[in-house]
Amino acid sequence: MKSAFKVPGFSIGFILAFTFVAAALVSFIWTPYGTSGVDIVNKLRPPDGTNWFGTDHLGRDIFSMIMVGARTSIAVAIVAVGIGMLLGVPLGLAAAARKGSLLDEVIMRGNDLIFAFPALLIAILITAVFGPSAINAIIAIGIFNIPVFARLSRGGALSLWTRDFVLAARVSGKSRLRISFEHILPNITNLLIVQGTIQFSLGILAEAALSYVGLGAQIPTPSWGRMLAESQTMVSFAPHLALFPGLAILLTVLGLNLMGDALRDLFDPKLRRDRQ
Amino acid sequence: MLIFTLKRLLSLGLSLIAASVAIFFVVEIIPGDPARLMLGINATQDAVDALRTQMGLDQGLLARYWLWASGLLQGDFGISYTYRVPVAEMVQGRVWVSLPLALYALLLSTAIAFPIGILAAAKRGSWADWLVMGGTQLGVAIPNFWFAMIMVSILAIKYQLFSAGGFPGWEAPLAALKALTLPAVVLALPQASILARVMRSSLLDTLSEDFMRTARAKGRTARGAMVHHALRNAMIPVLTIIGLQFSFLLAGAIIIEKIFFLPGLGSMIFTAITQRDLIVVESVVMLLVFAVILVTFLVDITYALVDPRLRRRA
Amino acid sequence: MSLLEITSLKLAIGAAEILHDVSLSVDAGQITAVIGESGSGKSLTAYCINQLLPRGSHAQGHVQFNGQDMLALDEASLCQMRGKDIGMVFQEPMTALNPVQTIGAQVAETVLIHGAASKPEARKIARDTLNRVGLPEAEFPLNRYPHELSGGQRQRVVIAMAIALRPMLLIADEPTTALDVTTQAQIMDLLKRLVQEDGMGLLLISHDLGVVADVADHIVIMRKGKVVEQGATAHIFKHMQHPYTKALFEASSHKPARMAQPEDTPILEVCDLIRDYALPRKSLFGPAPKFRAVNNVSFTLKKGESLGLVGESGCGKSTLTRAILGLEAIQGGSISINGQEVLAGHKVPRALRRNMQVVFQDPYGSFNPRHKVARLVSEPFHLLENAPKGSARTAAISEALVAVGMQPEDADKYIHEFSGGQRQRIAIARALIIKPELIILDEAVSALDVSIRAQILDLLAELSDKLGLSYLFISHDLSVVRAITDRVMVMKAGEIVEEGTTEAIFQTPQHPYTRALLAAAPSFEDLMQ
Repeated sequence: MKSAFKVPGFSIGFILAFTFVAAALVSFIWTPYGTSGVDIVNKLRPPDGTNWFGTDHLGRDIFSMIMVGARTSIAVAIVAVGIGMLLGVPLGLAAAARKGSLLDEVIMRGNDLIFAFPALLIAILITAVFGPSAINAIIAIGIFNIPVFARLSRGGALSLWTRDFVLAARVSGKSRLRISFEHILPNITNLLIVQGTIQFSLGILAEAALSYVGLGAQIPTPSWGRMLAESQTMVSFAPHLALFPGLAILLTVLGLNLMGDALRDLFDPKLRRDRQ
Repeated sequence: MLIFTLKRLLSLGLSLIAASVAIFFVVEIIPGDPARLMLGINATQDAVDALRTQMGLDQGLLARYWLWASGLLQGDFGISYTYRVPVAEMVQGRVWVSLPLALYALLLSTAIAFPIGILAAAKRGSWADWLVMGGTQLGVAIPNFWFAMIMVSILAIKYQLFSAGGFPGWEAPLAALKALTLPAVVLALPQASILARVMRSSLLDTLSEDFMRTARAKGRTARGAMVHHALRNAMIPVLTIIGLQFSFLLAGAIIIEKIFFLPGLGSMIFTAITQRDLIVVESVVMLLVFAVILVTFLVDITYALVDPRLRRRA
Repeated sequence: MSLLEITSLKLAIGAAEILHDVSLSVDAGQITAVIGESGSGKSLTAYCINQLLPRGSHAQGHVQFNGQDMLALDEASLCQMRGKDIGMVFQEPMTALNPVQTIGAQVAETVLIHGAASKPEARKIARDTLNRVGLPEAEFPLNRYPHELSGGQRQRVVIAMAIALRPMLLIADEPTTALDVTTQAQIMDLLKRLVQEDGMGLLLISHDLGVVADVADHIVIMRKGKVVEQGATAHIFKHMQHPYTKALFEASSHKPARMAQPEDTPILEVCDLIRDYALPRKSLFGPAPKFRAVNNVSFTLKKGESLGLVGESGCGKSTLTRAILGLEAIQGGSISINGQEVLAGHKVPRALRRNMQVVFQDPYGSFNPRHKVARLVSEPFHLLENAPKGSARTAAISEALVAVGMQPEDADKYIHEFSGGQRQRIAIARALIIKPELIILDEAVSALDVSIRAQILDLLAELSDKLGLSYLFISHDLSVVRAITDRVMVMKAGEIVEEGTTEAIFQTPQHPYTRALLAAAPSFEDLMQ
């Protein structure tokens, strides 16, 4: 893990992503200003010494809102990744352990089915039918993470099942379930970490999109996407309203992607051999 | 090849059936009483009962599903609750906005991604490669609705190069294309970034394969080997991504249509959701899913045409 | 004037010095073989000739080919010579061909690149060349794809691509290493014939002395980037000077000393064993088609005996092994271990599996890279009712490691810290730890260098003497089987075609397949007389 920080891409990405995670965590104890009060006198101030990112149309401090908004984006994205991993990985491992069986077919077809649906469309559908909220956004995004992790785990596991050390474990009488946990799972963690980082960044984008169209976290929970939606009509005379939330999304996603890419290169066995 | 195609067609049919069941389940079963959902909490019981009868909700689940599904096959998408006109009529005009938009974006995405992806792989480690990698990292991270806002405020409002939205209709084809251009660019950019990276990494993988060394040993120059051997092999994984991209583009288009005031399927769904017109929602979603499944099928067939190893699989 | 003359060649890749002062030559119409173990630099020497070196390579010295200094030529000139004057054949036929192009197109490509003919003429040349390498039109039309051919057939296509324009020099980098014994012999015969027909020079790289002994006119022995000894084949075999050459020859024909005599009690008895695989359905009606991988196989293995099982790929030996190890159920016949029978429809149960362990072929794939050696070696404890714990477990692990020539401290390391030969020792330790009576060695030394192989065979002989172990030794390499077994079975297409004592089989083979196998097997013992 220490060697990861030697890669510049990883360090930059980590700093970017960590800044926003830290902002989210710090926001629970402190923000420069409150985010719920309305202060019309101070509305639409451009960035200056008192309000580093300026104020919005209700006079709220944008810097504070970005910090609090980070909570929503990160929370939704992380829990959605959690759902995807917790449900998807066991499914993928089970399918690989019983390759060619009915279970495998069912899991693969189920995956293909979910993949056939445009993710955002269905997320919109779910939040529309069941009501918009952060929880429903998590579920909607999480559902789409399940086949991603299932397919990834299955692919990684399949290539491991043919290896001799798995055969050795079978010769030692270990069951498929046990082998999946003792031998297969530890050897696919690299794949999972890389994909997890990527799905995390995709989750942030998805949450922003859902909030943008009003189907994510509702008032009063602040979210970057909704900040962008509210800023739309005022963009010509108050561009800072749109600039900062958009930048926040961009930089968090960029940071996570840089980390994910650096990790992928780090874990790649071909590249590892070249390095040695 | 024929058997392969037939098997894929069968798969397509099964996917459609499964998708329709899933959609039916989500829209009509989970909410409990769709009629009440559509009318709202304050509706009278009479109004709800009337709607239930009108929608045929008092029939059994299987009967309702069968009615809906067989209707779809015949082109009957139901009657919109809000507008009282057949959904099929409403869809017709709008399809001709959404579909060209998605295709336009797909074309742009491919046209941008291929050359830069190939360039980056061919000149690995050079400044061109770094530029492409950096640019695509940004392209992937930008939320496309934010990008749309920026583009509109700069290109449309400040410099008046494009209109800020709206669609004049296909009677004036050039004007129509112009109206679709900015939305297509906005949609295409993140996808082009993803595609360029996939192209680059696929080509890099292919370049390190043994048969490339064989080609060099025969006397091919590095460039000759790339053109005659690497590209076609590298295309294979890229094709899958293009197929997936169509699905992303259709979904992304939904939000973009709203921003650019385009009268497409996306904005229709939004309006229907706000008006709680579940009939429209159900049928349009089914239509979009059908488009995606069809594209996947076409990609599979192209796959087999490009890679002879797949044709053998019975 | 030789066709190819390499003088004082030095090669560095990045900061690492790979080749030191290498000199050798190849004459027209002659075959020069370069022999070495892995890491000797033999392949890189060959790549210096047509300059297909990896990035960051820097070569110095002289590589004179047909009067030109290859190291001084620019890329364009090199491209002109490659394929036309210098052809190359590689080790891995399965990945050497472009999977999406027909074999006709790929052979014709050599011609078209150099503008030597028009498209229709190039196709004709491709057809003729494919005929020359033993791929006649009837079964191998030009529109075949590589995935429709076997490994040996693909290698013939690669050779066709290399000789289509009748080059002056052919470089073959381990061309038969990945192939079966009989196919190997055929390919070597083909190369020899082509050299005679075209009068071209052949530079043959190999790690296998036996393979080149038949065909080479000159032999060059390399070790760690240096040429250790070279000369005419006959001369080298009779009057070898350098200690490394002697060690290499000795290791190639090494026969470990075994003293123990097998007892009479049978450990393993296989009777009329049948193992079927279900094939994918072709039609919806009728029973699913079956493939019979093991067809009525019977044999007995006695306590203390070492039984060899010889066969080429696809003969069913892996399937047989998995059935004996209890990984798959049998469809017919029976397996008896220490007198207890296992019948059709069943797998060998755990209680009986405790008596057997296995050592696999690939030292790099047979261990979980995430676990330490202690955990890896003790995995078979899972088969025991009361596995030892705590200090008893540590003691057992140490004992097993020491028995194979490793240290008890090695238990705390990770597997990537060990070389191939050391890993196979650890694999043997894993096989020994629950003190089985039978160890199945599935191509256990095939992936090792010749000198390491000899050490492992010695270890196996010593263990069998000390512990009274029985071995089922599976291999495609006849010389290895001859060195370590008491009796041999020959397997083909799921059946045992011949069986007998090792010496009887090797001196007086009866079955035509056994004879073909032995004739194809490389051996140089006669040259050494």
